[in-house]
Amino acid sequence: MTSTAVPIERPRPRRAAGNARAPHPAFYLVLVVLFAFALGPIVIFLFNSLRTQSQLATDPLGFPTHPQWHNFLDAWRQASMGAGFVNSAVIVAGTAAGVCVIAGCAAYAMSRLELPGVGSAMAYLLISTALPVQLFLVPLFFLWTRLGLYDTLIGLIIIYWAIFSPFATLLLRSFMISVPRDYDDAARIDGASEWGVLFRIILPIAWPGFLTVALVASLSAYNEFLLAVTFIQTNDRMPISTTFFSFQQGYTQNYALISASGVIMLAPMVALFLLLQRRFVDGITAAGLGG
Amino acid sequence: MAFSGGATTTADPVTPVFPARRADVGRRRAKRRRGLIAWLFMLPLVAVNLLVIAGPGVMSLYYSFTDWTGIGAANFIGFDNYRKMFHDNAFGEAFLHNVWWTIFFLIIPMSMGLFGAFLLSRLRRFLTLFRVVYFIPYIVASVVSASIWQNLLSPEHGIGKLLGVNFLGNGSTALASVAVVNTWSWWGFLVIVFLAAMQAVNPSLYEASALDGANSWQQFWHVTLPSIRPTLMFLGLMTIIWSFLVFDYIYILTQGGPAGATEVLSTLQYRDAFENQQAGYAASIGVVLALISGIVVGAYQMLRRRRGWEI
Repeated sequence: MTSTAVPIERPRPRRAAGNARAPHPAFYLVLVVLFAFALGPIVIFLFNSLRTQSQLATDPLGFPTHPQWHNFLDAWRQASMGAGFVNSAVIVAGTAAGVCVIAGCAAYAMSRLELPGVGSAMAYLLISTALPVQLFLVPLFFLWTRLGLYDTLIGLIIIYWAIFSPFATLLLRSFMISVPRDYDDAARIDGASEWGVLFRIILPIAWPGFLTVALVASLSAYNEFLLAVTFIQTNDRMPISTTFFSFQQGYTQNYALISASGVIMLAPMVALFLLLQRRFVDGITAAGLGG
Repeated sequence: MAFSGGATTTADPVTPVFPARRADVGRRRAKRRRGLIAWLFMLPLVAVNLLVIAGPGVMSLYYSFTDWTGIGAANFIGFDNYRKMFHDNAFGEAFLHNVWWTIFFLIIPMSMGLFGAFLLSRLRRFLTLFRVVYFIPYIVASVVSASIWQNLLSPEHGIGKLLGVNFLGNGSTALASVAVVNTWSWWGFLVIVFLAAMQAVNPSLYEASALDGANSWQQFWHVTLPSIRPTLMFLGLMTIIWSFLVFDYIYILTQGGPAGATEVLSTLQYRDAFENQQAGYAASIGVVLALISGIVVGAYQMLRRRRGWEI
């Protein structure tokens, strides 16, 4: 960097920068290979969901020349996915709403109310996000059995609240800190209560943060497996993830139908992701960059 | 300020003996009231956290010193559970599988994520398309991803049949196969996060290095990697922690088999807790897993402080 003394006035820098940014054809080759790695298995899965079991056996990776659309209906019925979706809807809605309320209140206290001991609260939240489920799984199971929360939707929702809230709080706190303090001070002088400030001032400005938190919590709750399989036993109460799991592990060896039910399960989340791509990516990136 | 109003107006103007002191008391009371309200807002979080995480976490620590079966009384047995781990072949093997898994995930998905993100950061067109497609596997539920790959790898219908290999049923290929499946669902996340970090790198650094005649490869090593080091370190740390906690794909695809070839600490703990009636021993495995995370996080914090790395 220091060895070349290129005069700044010369037009070379622009060209050089252009050169550096123009991708080599090999770039595209690698990108396309990765593209195929990411999408290929899903496409094959989709194809399989439209074929018959015997076609799968003779030609594993073939194209569905005669799409068997009824596979989806059969899979829906045989795997009792309707009940699974209803349960998942309850779990996802309850989790997202609860996490927004719990984390929203906590983030408000930490960013706005001069919480005494805010430093230790932050440290505790950071530790909580790093504690593995495995540490508390075993006693929690027996505690939930004793409290009558085992094998209930609300029991699972409460666990999700506890697990997703620490990270959501840290994320919402960073959103709320960016709201100018003058706004809520003005509202307080006008006689607004703390609830009033939270709902009328902070929420309207920090709502993208809440939407991100709700999306990430929904995705996590919808896809979650370890806790769902541990804490829900009765078939009628299973969320879609364990409904699908028991169908797949069950007596049926019909991979066409298993594929069809898998496609049904992943469709809503993929659709939601394509719709709200930006917001998903923001939330997930925040998680990856450490909140 | 809204909460201090009431207290200060009650300051009696007739007794001006210790005016400063009275105002002080009022202010302190107002401050305490504000603090109380702040903690009321924290209450829901604290309550669920104590009930689900902190309480059972402490119970785990207690049960790890007992011979608890999950039902009935727990007898205190000191460090027997921890001593048992050292002689337990299943534990040792599972631990080694976790170490293998950590190395695999630090190398393969990390480099895929880094290169994928670097190539994307150079793209001018189709960036959104590639990014969306790379990310889709991450939002597919683990149960579905597992099923997708079970199909693909199956020796009866899939690549396994074409190649004549029973990827998941053979002890020598099973762990690597599960790792590939998990990589598929995981690396897109790394791409997205690395890309976000790379897009924040000052472009003039690239221009300057291009002037010096650096090619893309050299720019990657000497500009990109040093610039995103905080993200790289953080994701490296997360990779280590998650590698010791991995559960879903192994439990779904192989249940630890064949013959323990894919057993890891989480699946071992799960079996001990819920199938073998060894809740005390399972609790001690949980404590060890938490300790491993704790040590990794602690080492990271120390490095950060000593070398001034910022996240």
